Amino acid sequence: METIFRSYPSSSAQRSDRSAGDRLRHRQKVREAIRENIADIIAEESIIGKDRDRIIKVPIRGIKEYRFVYGENVPGVGEGAGEETRPGQVIGKGQEASQSQHAGDRPGVDYYETDITLDELIDIMFEDLELPYLERKHLREIEIEQQYRRKGFRKKGVRVRLDKRRTARSRIKRKLAASRHNETFQMQAERFPFHNDDLTYRHSVSEIRRESNAVVMCIMDTSGSMDTMKKYLARSFFFLLYRFLCTKYQNVEIVFIAHHTEAREVTEEEFFHKGESGGTFISSGYHKALEIIQQRYHPSLWNIYVFHCSDGDNFESDNSVALQAAQQVAQLSNLFGYGEIKPLGSGYYGNSMIPFFAQLQAENFQTVQIQRKEEIWPAFKIFLSKDRAREDAA
Amino acid sequence: MSTSYTIKDLEDWNKQILRLAREFGLNPYPQEFELCDHEQMLAYMAYSGMPSHYPHWSYGKSYEKLKTLYDYGVGGLPYEMVINSNPCIAYLMRDNALALQVLTLAHVYGHSDFFRNNFTFRSTRAEFTLETFKAHADRVRRYIEDPSIGLEKVEHLLDAAHALSLQCRRNLAIRKQTPEEEQEQLLVESKPLHDPFRSIHRPPEYAPPDFNRVPLYPDEDLILFIRDHNPHLSDWEKDLLTIVHEEAEYFIPQIETKIMNEGWASFWHKLILERLDLPQGVKLEFLVRHTQVLSPTPGGINPYHLGFKLWEDIERRWNDPIPNEEKQCGSRRKNGREKILEVREIERDTSFLRRYLTEELVRELNLFEYQSRGNERVISRVADEENWQQIKQTLIRNVGMGSVPVIKIENADYNNNRVLFLKHDHDDRDLHLEYAEKTLLYLHQLWGREVVLETTINEKKSLLCFADEKMVIKPLH
Repeated sequence: METIFRSYPSSSAQRSDRSAGDRLRHRQKVREAIRENIADIIAEESIIGKDRDRIIKVPIRGIKEYRFVYGENVPGVGEGAGEETRPGQVIGKGQEASQSQHAGDRPGVDYYETDITLDELIDIMFEDLELPYLERKHLREIEIEQQYRRKGFRKKGVRVRLDKRRTARSRIKRKLAASRHNETFQMQAERFPFHNDDLTYRHSVSEIRRESNAVVMCIMDTSGSMDTMKKYLARSFFFLLYRFLCTKYQNVEIVFIAHHTEAREVTEEEFFHKGESGGTFISSGYHKALEIIQQRYHPSLWNIYVFHCSDGDNFESDNSVALQAAQQVAQLSNLFGYGEIKPLGSGYYGNSMIPFFAQLQAENFQTVQIQRKEEIWPAFKIFLSKDRAREDAA
Repeated sequence: MSTSYTIKDLEDWNKQILRLAREFGLNPYPQEFELCDHEQMLAYMAYSGMPSHYPHWSYGKSYEKLKTLYDYGVGGLPYEMVINSNPCIAYLMRDNALALQVLTLAHVYGHSDFFRNNFTFRSTRAEFTLETFKAHADRVRRYIEDPSIGLEKVEHLLDAAHALSLQCRRNLAIRKQTPEEEQEQLLVESKPLHDPFRSIHRPPEYAPPDFNRVPLYPDEDLILFIRDHNPHLSDWEKDLLTIVHEEAEYFIPQIETKIMNEGWASFWHKLILERLDLPQGVKLEFLVRHTQVLSPTPGGINPYHLGFKLWEDIERRWNDPIPNEEKQCGSRRKNGREKILEVREIERDTSFLRRYLTEELVRELNLFEYQSRGNERVISRVADEENWQQIKQTLIRNVGMGSVPVIKIENADYNNNRVLFLKHDHDDRDLHLEYAEKTLLYLHQLWGREVVLETTINEKKSLLCFADEKMVIKPLH
């Protein structure tokens, strides 16, 4: 008999997972590819404002296996089912890779997608950024004496911490031991009282925990000139800032301040979705921020990050007041940014505040200009680099 | 999981199947079967069935892809996987029921017979398959472990080599000429033709052939050419290029005979199983599976089905031709069985379809041609009297290596500047430009200097010049 049958090895030791190494390498490459394309991914509308555990699809370029292949103008042949084929009939989308003869001979879907959780994506985003290592700075940390934490048992202690169950158990143990030791003892001893050795107390320690707090103040111009596109760009920027600070601080709070000619604190929902009308006093937003800082976020306890998005269309007479207020905000905050959003094709009306703010002499103040969504990531990096520069100087 | 059959059952059925296969005239290699679970099967698929294969991330990618498809139930597993080696090795999924295993055994012998007898596989040296792949794997691993080379560099080179691996000669049955033979041929061709009226004609001017030109004749083996003509490659790089080229050459016959091979195996498993004395339940299950394997792919081509239909048709036409078919079969009447055994030896997919795909079959299979229009694929031709030949032509052009553009090296010293000049044999099919750019990047990486590819884009001759990390498209006047 020339045919050999090799049976299935019963022990798993003989069945090695041979593709493990190559799979690992592939996954590393996927991660690299994501990192390289992070700016594009950030610009994708869908990831902004999603839950952290949510799985998102990320398009990846660069780990496709390229060859010389034919392009779009190449006819193919298919097998029809039944009689219904007729010229002009649509049989599918051109992008779908049909059941081709062998893998990789046709360009498939334009990019290759992978699933990743938003959390993981955020990790990748920030791990490559060479961001200021904020912890090194003496952050405004506060020591919080946390509630007592239990830590084992002791034979000595105060009455209130007596552990009755353990005490009773200990007495029973002693009783049994005594009875085994001395048979006669059991007969006479009707009463077996607690002894000092039985008493068991709960022990607890108090812990001091360091806490770092940050507050992100999102100030946005909601005057009539801010349209949806501008708000979307602003929102993307705030999202990044918030996510980034979440990785660095234990407590991060967000305050939303919407302003036109006057400012008020609003909820996130209102902030992004409610349009208002009217003119703009940038100073009103800053004053509101200062007020909130005064009331709730004292600079000795909180790291304050302020970011203001506007289209730069401020009311002339307000400019000097705004500058003054900005100076104050810069003094109180770790980082203060002004982002001017002027989407391309939105009509270049109004003036810009950027040249005006150049007068502001504060090293933690930064102005950025965002025109397209692809610019959000670079702008974000520029914004944070200010923080780093300051830290290096320190 | 326990299985409903034992190795003994398989051996018994195998004996009967092998006896029948021999009676039918099949001549397969000695066979080895290995039972495996679904994860092992996926791994074998990712590495083209090879028990040992060099590592590269693309195999990890392919595994992940297969696994995802399998987990979501989109892509099933093949019932079997056969590799072209002597002895022939096939993997059986151990979770399959007995009926399916019996079908698979018969199917495997079909493939094995095809590997052994079809002319395209002569070049693959099946006796050494396993050893060759093992040796390749060992060499690649050694380079990875070498501290002066390392994984990154090996991967970098393999990425480039993989991109170009199929850019090589397709018909390996034709021997490649040695440089000496090429010189000789050039000399012969340069001589003026024999002229019986020499005495009254003015002798044509003799232009001596240019022996300094590299290559003398356009060369299709891109990576081999680079290996031999780029002086800056180190030995390990040359070795890796050789390895990738040898693997591509090993797989080309399988690409070139996909339809014939799958059809042949399906044809025989059907015939053999019909002759076996199967229990009723097994028989029913066999019919279900057989129908599944041969069901037409909507909107595409199922090579099992197309091949099967062709083989059946050839046998029928040579056994009992209807009157007007007698002419086609010629006077030397073979019977159907002899004819198909002969065809399986001497054809490849392109010639197989050209010779044996008849108008009746095109109509019966209801073949159609489609074109991409915008984002959709639209049927452009259906099988009728006017269009069936065009459909057949389109099909022939797309099978096997027909889906890989023919690109040849014309000149390795273009503009006297060691620029590599290549020419795409354009046949109405344009290159995919994004892919071309990325592939030229790899070519540029291997060659180390500028690379120029002549092709046609939207009916305009153009040069794709790749230098300094980017591609420039220049129209050619």
